[in-house]
Amino acid sequence: MTATLHSKSYVDSLPLEDIDVSKTELFEQEALFPYFERLRREDPVHYCKDSLYGPYWSVTRYKDIVEIDTNHKVFSSDVSQGSFVLDDTTLNAVEGGIDLPNFLGMDPPKHDIHRMVVSPIVAPQNLMNYETLIRERTQRVLDELPVGETFDWVEEVSIKLTTMMLATLLDFPFEERTKLTRWSDIITTRPGYGLVDSWEQRTTELYECLEYFKKLFHERQNLPPKADLISMLAHSEDMSSMSDTDFLGLLALLIVGGNDTTRSSMSGGAYAFSLNPEAFTRLKNNRELLATAIPETVRWQTPIAHMRRTALEDIEFKGKQIRKGDKVVMWYLSGNRDETVIDRPMDFIIDRPKARQHLSFGFGIHRCLGNRLAEMQLRILWDEMCNRFSRIEVTGEPVRVPSNLVHGYLSLPVKLHA
Amino acid sequence: MPKVTFITADEETYNVEVDEGSTVMEAAINNMVPGIDGDCGGAAACGTCMVHVDPAFVEKVGGPASDMEAEMLSLTDDVSETSRLGCQVNITEELDGLTLHLPRAQH
Repeated sequence: MTATLHSKSYVDSLPLEDIDVSKTELFEQEALFPYFERLRREDPVHYCKDSLYGPYWSVTRYKDIVEIDTNHKVFSSDVSQGSFVLDDTTLNAVEGGIDLPNFLGMDPPKHDIHRMVVSPIVAPQNLMNYETLIRERTQRVLDELPVGETFDWVEEVSIKLTTMMLATLLDFPFEERTKLTRWSDIITTRPGYGLVDSWEQRTTELYECLEYFKKLFHERQNLPPKADLISMLAHSEDMSSMSDTDFLGLLALLIVGGNDTTRSSMSGGAYAFSLNPEAFTRLKNNRELLATAIPETVRWQTPIAHMRRTALEDIEFKGKQIRKGDKVVMWYLSGNRDETVIDRPMDFIIDRPKARQHLSFGFGIHRCLGNRLAEMQLRILWDEMCNRFSRIEVTGEPVRVPSNLVHGYLSLPVKLHA
Repeated sequence: MPKVTFITADEETYNVEVDEGSTVMEAAINNMVPGIDGDCGGAAACGTCMVHVDPAFVEKVGGPASDMEAEMLSLTDDVSETSRLGCQVNITEELDGLTLHLPRAQH
């Protein structure tokens, strides 16, 4: 019997020790699920002895991921220990990467102080101020879309809407906002993946980002405080005297966190509704379902495939001996497909009971700060989609991001039906 | 069965009867009381079931049940001195009449 590449029978025939779920081509082909399914079943805390990123542990079951995520005293995010992503070059000065320190890469107490400076802008109280603006923009973007003709949803909807939102949060010059999209993309890349040709190019562009924002920062420092993130930082007691490195690191976090993630969920939603046209019809006829359809979209897509921790001590975890300094990867993408916790996990079920219980935002002290903003953007998008169209249809193969971190789409050809 | 009163940010009152041993978070979710999300399902891991305990019940309810609850509360917006995570408060006969004030939304 011959098994096709990445089929269940092929994956099940591989020696366990040869499985490396960090390979970006698996993400590019959306071929991960049979690998994760096998690991959850046979070796839920799996050691990969060699990868592009060195040896690492994969934690693949939902409950084990929650346990790691909430134990920051043993499983550290701190940059001094490593990184919170598997690839050290993304945020640290190794190989050709540069240091991009930020509070997601800090343990308490410093983490808590920095996080709480940023938190108010994305708190629900403040989000109410944005609702009308987001709705108007969403309506405008959707009104410009062609009906009955194929176009790229990623370019025309996901990127447009998320970039406008990020520009608003930062009060970034609106006409130059495509710079934000570019910076967001290059933060999470390495040379050889189609975005930058060399480490030097990545570094140069990131320093351009720093210089641009330094100018904004100084302008805001000399003005009375306003409600945008840059002004909040410029007037913050704890953060206004940040070094250039710390400032760029924080920008990296805000730009990627506030952009790539929701972009992927917007695209994932389009794909999910195309595969399940009856779900779109049901939602169109009953908007109360938005309360569960939106978290279900975020679960189904899982826009951040993993977060990583570094063990601060030797520890036995689920029968495996993890050593001090080991990289421990929590695969949210796998935990969100854990059949022992989530019923029919591969399916997109818009009225799923307990839809809010998913791993996409992480748990514990590093839980996604922008979660309620993301949900609001998605709720408005799908509400307005329902107001206008009867169906969204994906008309060709999606092109996916070649990344084990950003689980998203480079392009998604769709057609809208009146 | 103990009675619990939830008062929303808009001063709407919800009186519910709950099984002894269930948590404040479950009491709200199971009775469709708005304003509690409970994203982590009761593991003190998300901070989306935060309630303000009415001053009259603060002593009976007590402070955070664990370091983890205290830590999650310290990272939640608009907490007060009487804030607790609803999933970490078990309802007993002794807490009959418990009154809780809800934030406008959970973060």
